[in-house]
Amino acid sequence: MNLRLEQVAVRYGRREVVSPCDLMVDEGEWLGVIGPNGAGKSSLLKAICGLVSCRGSVVAGDIDLLALSPRDRAKVVAVVPQAPIVPDDMTVVDYVLLGRTAYAGRFGLTSRRDRAVVSGVVDELDLGRFTGRRLGELSGGERQRVVLARALAQEAPILVLDEPTSALDIGHQQQALELVARLRGERRLTVLSAMHDLTLAGTYADRLALLDDGAVVAHGTPVEVLTAERVGAVFRVCVSVDVDPDDGAVIVVPRRGFPATDPSLAEA
Amino acid sequence: MTTSPSTHRTGDAVWLGAGAVFCLAAILIGASVGPAGPDWWRVPLVLADHLPLIALDHGVTDQEWNIVWKIRMPRVVLGALVGGMLAMAGSAYQGVFRNPLVDPYLLGAAAGAGLGATAAITLGWGDAAAWPVNPIPASAFIASVGTVSLTYVLGGSFGGSRAGITLVLAGVAVVSFATAAQTFLMQRHLDVIREVFQWILGRLAGATWDDIRLIGPYVACSVVVLLLQRRHLDVFRVGDAEAESLGLSVTRIRLVIVLAATLGTAAVVSVSGLIGFVGLVVPHTVRLLAGAAYRRLIPLSLLVGAGFLVLADVPGRMLTSPAETPIGVVTAFLGAPFFLVLLRSRKMTA
Repeated sequence: MNLRLEQVAVRYGRREVVSPCDLMVDEGEWLGVIGPNGAGKSSLLKAICGLVSCRGSVVAGDIDLLALSPRDRAKVVAVVPQAPIVPDDMTVVDYVLLGRTAYAGRFGLTSRRDRAVVSGVVDELDLGRFTGRRLGELSGGERQRVVLARALAQEAPILVLDEPTSALDIGHQQQALELVARLRGERRLTVLSAMHDLTLAGTYADRLALLDDGAVVAHGTPVEVLTAERVGAVFRVCVSVDVDPDDGAVIVVPRRGFPATDPSLAEA
Repeated sequence: MTTSPSTHRTGDAVWLGAGAVFCLAAILIGASVGPAGPDWWRVPLVLADHLPLIALDHGVTDQEWNIVWKIRMPRVVLGALVGGMLAMAGSAYQGVFRNPLVDPYLLGAAAGAGLGATAAITLGWGDAAAWPVNPIPASAFIASVGTVSLTYVLGGSFGGSRAGITLVLAGVAVVSFATAAQTFLMQRHLDVIREVFQWILGRLAGATWDDIRLIGPYVACSVVVLLLQRRHLDVFRVGDAEAESLGLSVTRIRLVIVLAATLGTAAVVSVSGLIGFVGLVVPHTVRLLAGAAYRRLIPLSLLVGAGFLVLADVPGRMLTSPAETPIGVVTAFLGAPFFLVLLRSRKMTA
């Protein structure tokens, strides 16, 4: 299912944190949303998920997402939050079952379908030996897999990840993103993710949208978006950008010193 | 060891079965003992004899049966309704506000009931015979529901949304105001202070089947709604924003749960007075024993709360008979040490 944003803008009080922007993500495509802290990445993703009110239109396939109830929206868009609340004493299987909330019947019973979906997701993410464990007993990487499992249990065609790997070491970051990449291929998921690590964003996303001060300032393939000048100007950092000649991956490497574009920092 | 969703269901059934056995055993004990009446062991026989298709030789006289059926049973059933309702409402409140220190009196159900009852007593409405319904519980009930409604309206209008923290703060303000108004009324009518305190400390003595008929429908509605919402209470555990993204209409479901829990709480406290401790500690005890899943916690709180209050009422009427110890005092005397021991043992095994 494709996702189309038209003139989507977010305001907190009088402050506009996302200026009107247009974005399109095709079915099965992965769009990485990058930008410095406070650029409006999380606000944009929250607007898509209906968690903050916004102007403009967010259309998935031919469904107006902003007009849907939370229940119907959760069947179309699943979210992996930036800092999920993970109750320590909840068991893994109960947590994954939360992903079936939108499908709960009138009497709140767990249906046979709910149990089948949860079992399937648990097997798919290799969580079988954890199901009876409490979330407080899991490592950071295991927890991240469990949060992803909850999102997959929603059976939504669109997956939104808000900085999914920010709390993980490099190994677990790669494992989590490889998992998303695999699931995207298997389930033809449309993926939208906010990411801090530009190299990882360029490696895994098909296209990137670069936000600065609430506006989309660049949009395209990683090679098009991640230039040393643009990254330096937007993030106020010295970087060199290399493209791996073998696989075309874009590698962004920070360099010492302040960017020449900002004289006040260079003089400090 | 792997655990599938179906093994969890089996675990739920075992716990619910254990809770039901505890509740039934407590009711049988409550009905069987008392300062007057038949031998204790005859009571289960005579109760069974009154069930359809069962005939037993119980040797209980009609007079003794009247003591069991007209004096003890209404008290036991009222105790079960009050204890079950308070514990279940406490669990529900703790769930929607994601706060383990919350009890069913948080938003003003008790303070409102206290004010309503005090107003009725000071106005001299104490003579039930002159009214179509007993005015003290009626005004306690109305004031209780009114106070929680006021909290909800204020919390919503100040907070923009009816978010947990704004509601709780509005509750603090409204409770303080209602308590101050009650204190003012008591201070102006010192002659009825004893009667007001008797009501506040809680009572199950003198319960009649009429009391149960009066509150039964409200308790039944509340219990059914909360049981149906138990799965949603688990979703509240991940916070409002995540709950909404998982498909929960947070504001609407919170209102439904608070309304149901308040209606039941207001109904029971209007008849029993303010019995503390049950609504806070029974949910925690159940949580320590059976786990934190509300799917299990809500029905278990109902059963364990019911059994607990019925059992707590037994020493209250046996030890100091004929003068009664207020039930609120007994619940704290019995429950607090038990809870501390449980807390300690769990900490040591954790």
